Amino acid sequence: MMMTPQEIKDTQAWRPMGLKDEEYEKICQILDRLPNYTELGMYAVLWSEHCSYKHSRPLFKHFPTQGDCILVGPGENAGAVDIGDGLAIVMKVESHNHPSYVEPYEGAATGVGGILRDIFTMGARPIASLNSLRFGNPKDEYVRYLVRGVVAGIGDYGNATGVPTVAGEISFDESYQGNCLVNAMSVGLVRHDSITKATASGVGNPVMVVGSTTGRDGIHGATFASAEFSEENEEKRPSVQVGDPFTEKLLIEACLELIASGVVVGIQDMGAAGLTSSSSEMASNAGSGIEMDLTLVPQREEGMSAYEIMLSESQERMLVIPKAGAEEQVKEIFAKRGLLAVVVGKVTDDGMLRLFHHGELAAEVPAKSLTTDGAPSYVPPAEKPQYLEKLWGYDFDELPDLEHSKIQDTFLQLLGSSNIASRRWVWEQYDQMAQLGTIVGPGSDAGVLRIPGTKRGIALTIDCNGRYCYQNPKRGAALAVAEAARNIYASGAKPLAITDGLNLGSPERPQIYWQLKETVFGLAEACRALGTPVVGGNVSLYNETAGEAIFPTPVVGMLGVFEDVQKHATISFKNEGDLIFLVGENRNELSGSEYLKVCHDLVAGPGPKLDLETEKRNGEFCHTIISDGLVSSCHDLSEGGLAIGLAECALAGEIGAQVKLYCPGRTDSLLFGETQARFVISLSEENAESVRALAEERGVPLSLLGRVGGDKFTVEIGETRVIDGELTQIAELWNSGLERLLGEKSGA
Amino acid sequence: MKFAVVVFPGTSGEGDCIHVLKGLLGHEVTILSHKETSLGDAQCVILPGGASYGDYLRPGALAKSTPIMEPIRKFAQAGGLVLGVGNGFQVLLEAGLLPGAMLPNQSLRFIARPQLLRVENTNTPFTKLYQKGQLIKMPIAHGSGNYYLDPEGLLELEGNGQIVFRYADKTGEIGDNPNGSVGNIAGITNPRGNVLGMMPHPERSTEEVLGSTDGLALFQGIMEVLERGKA
Repeated sequence: MMMTPQEIKDTQAWRPMGLKDEEYEKICQILDRLPNYTELGMYAVLWSEHCSYKHSRPLFKHFPTQGDCILVGPGENAGAVDIGDGLAIVMKVESHNHPSYVEPYEGAATGVGGILRDIFTMGARPIASLNSLRFGNPKDEYVRYLVRGVVAGIGDYGNATGVPTVAGEISFDESYQGNCLVNAMSVGLVRHDSITKATASGVGNPVMVVGSTTGRDGIHGATFASAEFSEENEEKRPSVQVGDPFTEKLLIEACLELIASGVVVGIQDMGAAGLTSSSSEMASNAGSGIEMDLTLVPQREEGMSAYEIMLSESQERMLVIPKAGAEEQVKEIFAKRGLLAVVVGKVTDDGMLRLFHHGELAAEVPAKSLTTDGAPSYVPPAEKPQYLEKLWGYDFDELPDLEHSKIQDTFLQLLGSSNIASRRWVWEQYDQMAQLGTIVGPGSDAGVLRIPGTKRGIALTIDCNGRYCYQNPKRGAALAVAEAARNIYASGAKPLAITDGLNLGSPERPQIYWQLKETVFGLAEACRALGTPVVGGNVSLYNETAGEAIFPTPVVGMLGVFEDVQKHATISFKNEGDLIFLVGENRNELSGSEYLKVCHDLVAGPGPKLDLETEKRNGEFCHTIISDGLVSSCHDLSEGGLAIGLAECALAGEIGAQVKLYCPGRTDSLLFGETQARFVISLSEENAESVRALAEERGVPLSLLGRVGGDKFTVEIGETRVIDGELTQIAELWNSGLERLLGEKSGA
Repeated sequence: MKFAVVVFPGTSGEGDCIHVLKGLLGHEVTILSHKETSLGDAQCVILPGGASYGDYLRPGALAKSTPIMEPIRKFAQAGGLVLGVGNGFQVLLEAGLLPGAMLPNQSLRFIARPQLLRVENTNTPFTKLYQKGQLIKMPIAHGSGNYYLDPEGLLELEGNGQIVFRYADKTGEIGDNPNGSVGNIAGITNPRGNVLGMMPHPERSTEEVLGSTDGLALFQGIMEVLERGKA
């Protein structure tokens, strides 16, 4: 038997649901009575961090969200950005960290499913997926199990729904050992006039549940995502939902046909907190109320209570408000695909979410009080973590420079290391070409897609260096935006907007809240400087196990646009004899580098220096020379620095390169330091003059590094040849590096 | 030419086929739902890629029992041209229109990458514009492309020239097997040569900007045969 309101009060039953005592008091005030068990459950999920962003929401006001190209900003299912010709790109990032750690395959698969629904809910056809993954040590058995499961889960769901995965990132650090990160990003295409919103307006309009049936799976998934990990995670497996990509594919087609038919007033995905969140948000958005008879909700299990129906996170379901009278038309569109569409209630005008079950009133609460408009919000105390002083105080002069004789081995060691080796093993598990839009797939700086029926194209990337963020959260966050922009510029596109996924530890700890604040400030600063507003995103807090938080990891998904997509670039060196140039300056800095981590097991200093003005100037320069058709290749420099960046261009192009460097400072910093705002370009000799002239005009540092050609990759410093390798041998090391580390290749 | 593209619930590759046949080559294309009981006046039937019925049970296992398969069977028996790509190939195998069966990839992982193929038989409507032994590049994207047939069946297949594409390496030798397929088989026909099933995607290799144009000749071969048939 379910507890009575008085028993709830007596036993403090809100606590196991994750509600604080004062939050329970607030609910009693809102209702002017004691909540019943169903109502308490509804508040508990919707007031969880996952749904209400109660610790992060007050910070969002710092984000720039306006811009000429922004059609729909934060607050809807996903943001929408104008790309010209009456078309818009809809995009969003979502995290599925906790479920993926407990059940990697289904956790990751349902992450993809959920973010796809956020896209087609807006009326957009999903045209591309990206993902950003973080794991612990790849040699650890459980980490390997996670990687295998997550990658397969993402792949199988995306592949079966016919949405290509065009870019992404995966990296490894002990910081994520007990708490992996699985962030999925989805991107859709829609005509401006077809953008649909989550609103329940029009009193008397029917409320319909469409798609899959409702079961007991995933109850309290959102609450689960809003608490730290403990020893009992195994017990939480039932909180993880199970994905059904086949139904999702049918649902995509049915929803897009429904939206095109013009009878939809509002539509909303039933994601976290299922029916509770979708109904209260739609009513709240319209300032209306919703009344539902839960007995009518199609159920896959018998004897479900109102509580279970409202909190179920069964996948592949949507809530639809059609115009009154169009019920049959809706049913027909779904029935054609073997899907359910059932009227379960109607829109009212009293602002209440009123639920009946077996003829009895099961819950009655103000719809707005459940949503972010009504949920409590907190500004917890912030305190700068002590570890930073220690990191920042490191004296790099203590570190001996790399001897010339050791450079070759160091280079090879880095090339095969977990964060630099080729990601081919991962992306070969994703269909990259479905829908025939992908012009540049994974393995370059950004994914590039053509837009059917136009000359236009888009570039997509998702980036973050968690270590930089640990070393300096604000700067690291800004660098994540800068790197994303660099990837867009290097593809030849113009950066337009971002969607972000903030992954951090518990905001209830002052040091973590400080990180969160700084992270938001850093993102905001960089987005302003680079002219890329935030169109929405996701916050995942409580990413910690046994008191150890992950690196603050604000993942940045960025969209860029091409007026003419023919004019794009890839990282591959292409032509024998092309000249290689560096755009930007090498600074004497090693902080935050993979080199320090891999070769010295050292994390020290405040990370690479941030200079947003230079980022913009150098990036726009690359954009211009690519648009003018002056270059053969362009690659931004990131993890591994100049030596690795050059090697990546040669490896991607399967053509050698001969490089000669001048070294005024430290050798290790020259070769492997991660100074920002740099690109490596290659171009024909005949274009060199124009490119030089433009660089001078724009005040962009440009220096000749060498030539493309042959089947060797060589680097000389002064008169000494410090790297000398057959490209095929280097390629073998680089291509198989990740597989070997993950134990997927024999000889590991 | 009139092409029919069959769409089962869950199929996602129909758009790619329409893009090539209609958008690039200018032919008439009709979409046929799995519930149809007639192919209309189609001159060539294509079963596209994508996970029909979510690949549940086995890829192609549920699609084979849908109403559309009966007219396809009759059409094939009468010598009509039928092409199954990826999941379409799996459906043709499950339906018994082609011999053998498809197992999960040996790695047990989905694999998507550009793949070299060697053309083994040019004496079919689909491959007549290729050279025997020609190396061509087409993308693969599948989780179950590990073709299996027993040794006797395999001998028969070889004897009849039913093996039309094999996975090959850069040197043109049989190698670089992506999925464990017996004999590196990437595509086969029925004995008569009018039904082709293949795991690589010719419709994804028809434009330079997408990485290869080696699939075009396959569609052009079909067109030539249909032109002549009409004349």
